[in-house]
Amino acid sequence: MSATGAVASRWRNPSALPGFGLSLGFTVFYLSAIVLVPIAALIIRPWELGFSGFWDVIKDPRVLAALRLSFGGAAIAAAINAVTGPIVAWVLVRYSFPGKRLLDALIDLPFALPTAVAGIALSQLYSPNGWIGEPLSHLGLRIAYTPIGVIIALTFIGLPFVVRTLQPVLNDLSREPEEAAATLGASRLQTIYHVVLPALLPALLTGATLAFARAVGEYGSVIFIAGNLPMVSEIAPLLIIIKLEQYDYASAAAIGVVMLAASFFVILTLNLLQNWIGKRQ
Amino acid sequence: MKFRRYPTQDHPLLRILLSLTAISVVALFLVLPLATVFTEALRKGFGMAIDALKDPDALAAVRLTLLTAAIAVPLNAAFGIAGAWAIAKFVFKGKQFLTTLIDLPFSILPVVSGLIYVLIFGLQGWFGDSLRDANIKIIFALPGIVLATIFVTFPFVARELIPLMTDQGREEEEAATSLGASGWQTFARVTLPNIKWGLLYGVLLCNARAMGEFGAVSVVSGHIRGLTNTMPLHVEVLYNDYQFVGAFAVASLLALLAIVTLVLKSLLEWHFADEIAATHRH
Repeated sequence: MSATGAVASRWRNPSALPGFGLSLGFTVFYLSAIVLVPIAALIIRPWELGFSGFWDVIKDPRVLAALRLSFGGAAIAAAINAVTGPIVAWVLVRYSFPGKRLLDALIDLPFALPTAVAGIALSQLYSPNGWIGEPLSHLGLRIAYTPIGVIIALTFIGLPFVVRTLQPVLNDLSREPEEAAATLGASRLQTIYHVVLPALLPALLTGATLAFARAVGEYGSVIFIAGNLPMVSEIAPLLIIIKLEQYDYASAAAIGVVMLAASFFVILTLNLLQNWIGKRQ
Repeated sequence: MKFRRYPTQDHPLLRILLSLTAISVVALFLVLPLATVFTEALRKGFGMAIDALKDPDALAAVRLTLLTAAIAVPLNAAFGIAGAWAIAKFVFKGKQFLTTLIDLPFSILPVVSGLIYVLIFGLQGWFGDSLRDANIKIIFALPGIVLATIFVTFPFVARELIPLMTDQGREEEEAATSLGASGWQTFARVTLPNIKWGLLYGVLLCNARAMGEFGAVSVVSGHIRGLTNTMPLHVEVLYNDYQFVGAFAVASLLALLAIVTLVLKSLLEWHFADEIAATHRH
C-alpha cells in the first residue's frame, strides 16, 4: 500500500478526495476493452496480406471509385454547407423573428434523426415520384440513385456542424469593428466581407472540417438514395460491408484503415490551415 | 448625414432575403424529410401504419432496440462518471492524452465501428475458433450489437461531464470528506446534485444515438428478422422489400424519438444552461 502510494505520488498530485484508483482503473479498463484493443485489431489485420496485397486491394478501380465518391462527395457537401451554414447562423444570431427558437432547435435534427430514417426519407423525397424528385424529373434532372443524391444526403447530415460551430463565435463577436468600418464609410456589404467574414473564417473552417469528417464515413443516410451502382454511386463504407460479406476481413480492414488515415490527414491539413489563418490575423 | 438604421444592422431587404434563405434551407433540407416520414407512414391510413407496427418482427425489433439501449446507455453513463471523476477531480500525468482517447470513437466511421468487433469475435476473427468451440455467439447476436452500440455512443456522457466537473472544481467535495463523509456519500450528496442536469443531457444524446445507430450495428447484426434486427435495421429490411408503409411506420417511431430528444434537449439548454457544459461554453 505504502509502496504503491509512493509510486503514485510521482505521477499524480496528492489529493484529499478518494476514488482515484477505482475511477481511473475502471476508465482505463473500459477504454482499452471497448476502444483500444478493437482498433488495434483493425490496424493489424490488413498486413496479413503483405504490403503488396494491401496495395492491390486499394488500387482496384471499384475501390478507388468508391473512395473518390466518399471523399469528393464529402468535400462538395462541406463546401455547400460552408455557404448555407453561415447564412443560417447569421440569421439565428443577429435577427429576431417569431419562430426563431423552433428554427434553432430544428438545426440539430440531423444529429437526432437516426441515419436510416433520414436515408429512406431523402430517398423517397428525391425519387422520380417524390415531392422534390418529381418536379426535377420534368426538368430532366435525376437526383436519386446518382452521385448528386449522395451529395444531398451528405449535405443534410453536415449542416448542423457548420451552424453550431459558427453560432457561439458570432455571438461573442464584438460589434465595435463593424461600427468603426461603418463610420469610416464602408458599405454594409463591404463591412461584412472585410470585417465579419475574416473573423469567422477559422470557425467556418472548423465547422466545415467537422462536416467533412462526418460525411466521409457516413453510411445510413446515403445508401438508400445512392442506389449503390458499382463505379458510379457506390460509397466506400458500403464496399467494406461487401468485403465482409465475402468473409474477406483483411480487405475490409484495409479499406477501413485507408479511410481513417486519409480522413485524419485531411483533418490535420485543415487544422494546420486554420492555425495559419488564426496566426496571420 | 443621419443613419436611418443603426450602422451594424443589415438593410431591411437583406434581412428579409437572408431570413428567407435560412428558413428555406431548414425547411427544404431538414423539415421536408421529417414530414416525408410521417406522410409516407400514413399514406394508406392510420390503421395500416398501426398494423405494420403490430407485426411480430417489428415488435421484436422494438424490443431489441430497447434492450440494447438499456444495456449500453447505463454502462456508458457509469464510464462517463468514473472518467470525469478521475480526470476532473485529480491532477495526474497523461490526463490530456486520456481525454483525447475517450473522444476517439467519434472520429471512427460507423461501419468501421462494427468491423473492429468482427475482426475480433467474427468467424475468422482473433477469437473466432475458440468462440465457436465454446458455442458462444457474439457477432450476429445480441452481445455484438451491444458492443457496437457502446462504441459509437462511448464519449457522449464523458465529454459532457469532464468540462462540467472540471469547471466545478473540488472544493465542495473536499469540504464534505473533511467533515467525515465517505467517498460514496460525497458523490451521492454533493457531486451528483451538481451534475444531474449535465448527466441527463449526456444520457439523452447517448440514448438517441444508441437507439438510432445503423452503420455499426448493421455490420455485426446479420439481419436475422425477429432476432437480430434493431429498429433501424428493420426499417432497411422493409424498405428494400418495398414494404414502404411498414418501413415508414417503424421509421416514424424513430423520428418521434428524435423529436422528443430535441424537445428535451432544448428544454435542458434553456432552463439549465449554466449546469450543462455544452451550453456553458457558448
